[in-house]
Amino acid sequence: MGVRNQLSLFVTFAKEGFEKSLLVGKFFCCLHVVNTYVCTPALAYGPSMLPTINLTGDLVLAERISTRFNKVCPGDVVLVRSPVVPRRIVTKRVIGMEGDRVSYVADPKSSDKFETVVVPQGHVWIEGDNIYESNDSRKFGAVPYGLIEGRVFLR
Amino acid sequence: MSTYLIGQKTCMNCKTLNPQLPLQPCRCILGEISNMAAHNFLWSLTKNCFTFGLIGLTVSDRYASIVPVRGSSMSPTFNPTTDSFMGSLSDDHVLMEKFCLQKYKFSHGDVIVFCSPSNHKEKHVKRIIGLPGDWIGTPMTNDVVKVPNGHCWVEGDNPSSSLDSRSFGPIPLGLVKGRVTHILWPPQRVRHVERKNHQKRHSPS
Repeated sequence: MGVRNQLSLFVTFAKEGFEKSLLVGKFFCCLHVVNTYVCTPALAYGPSMLPTINLTGDLVLAERISTRFNKVCPGDVVLVRSPVVPRRIVTKRVIGMEGDRVSYVADPKSSDKFETVVVPQGHVWIEGDNIYESNDSRKFGAVPYGLIEGRVFLR
Repeated sequence: MSTYLIGQKTCMNCKTLNPQLPLQPCRCILGEISNMAAHNFLWSLTKNCFTFGLIGLTVSDRYASIVPVRGSSMSPTFNPTTDSFMGSLSDDHVLMEKFCLQKYKFSHGDVIVFCSPSNHKEKHVKRIIGLPGDWIGTPMTNDVVKVPNGHCWVEGDNPSSSLDSRSFGPIPLGLVKGRVTHILWPPQRVRHVERKNHQKRHSPS
């Protein structure tokens, strides 16, 4: 009889453990869905977006809805997966969409020459607000729209 | 929910005289109970569907998912027969895993799914021919192209009908959405997708 009691106790424990872990799993899935499809927080740091974003770091909120529906416009600050290091996500401003003719200063420290380029289809031209210290489309060219991760709307 | 007092013959809920009270519940209460039971069942069904959908979406986003392959740019690996009569039923459905996205480490010959650089809503399936630092020779233009950092050179197994890096150049690795490991449908073609090396096409620097 003691064994049966212990077995039923174990079954109760197992059921409760299962329900609790299901709850934790559901919470995690909810978090993931909101993070991937609605909005995500990010820590942006570095000198390339001064004065918009601090050198030491600013917590920003980026939403993913307008990127999914092609509603990103020039002037938006976006989170972009770097085309040079795919694990890194950078914050830059969209200057031109596909088909736009973009004029930029290639190297503001050495010369003031403007260069003009037409943004190819499916790509966007991104630049940091601080063009003296920014590694952006002037170095690696227009980036495909698929690399845009989110549009920053709150700092 | 209202009750009936023991000893009385009038239901407190619907205010009618019911000689069966208090031994049997009034018909109005029974109706309410059955309504609530159906309601509860529907509600729990909805909740279960929602939970299942949420879990399925998370798993397919983070770990693995099943995608259909359309077109013949990867013949004979996928879709070896162009059967436009059957349509999407005869397409190969493949298992795409997303564990490779944690470190973005790929090998030569991996079959990957990526967003098209010209239209971010389309996804393409091709094989990786070159990784960053490789030199790719294109016999068409007699050019030798070096794959830049963070990019990869992709080509389809069927070069005659494949829109790949020979047209749009190397693609950033950030566009990759997953790596194909197995074919799951049709059942007679269930197998592991092998890596194939194009020894003549690339030479690491």
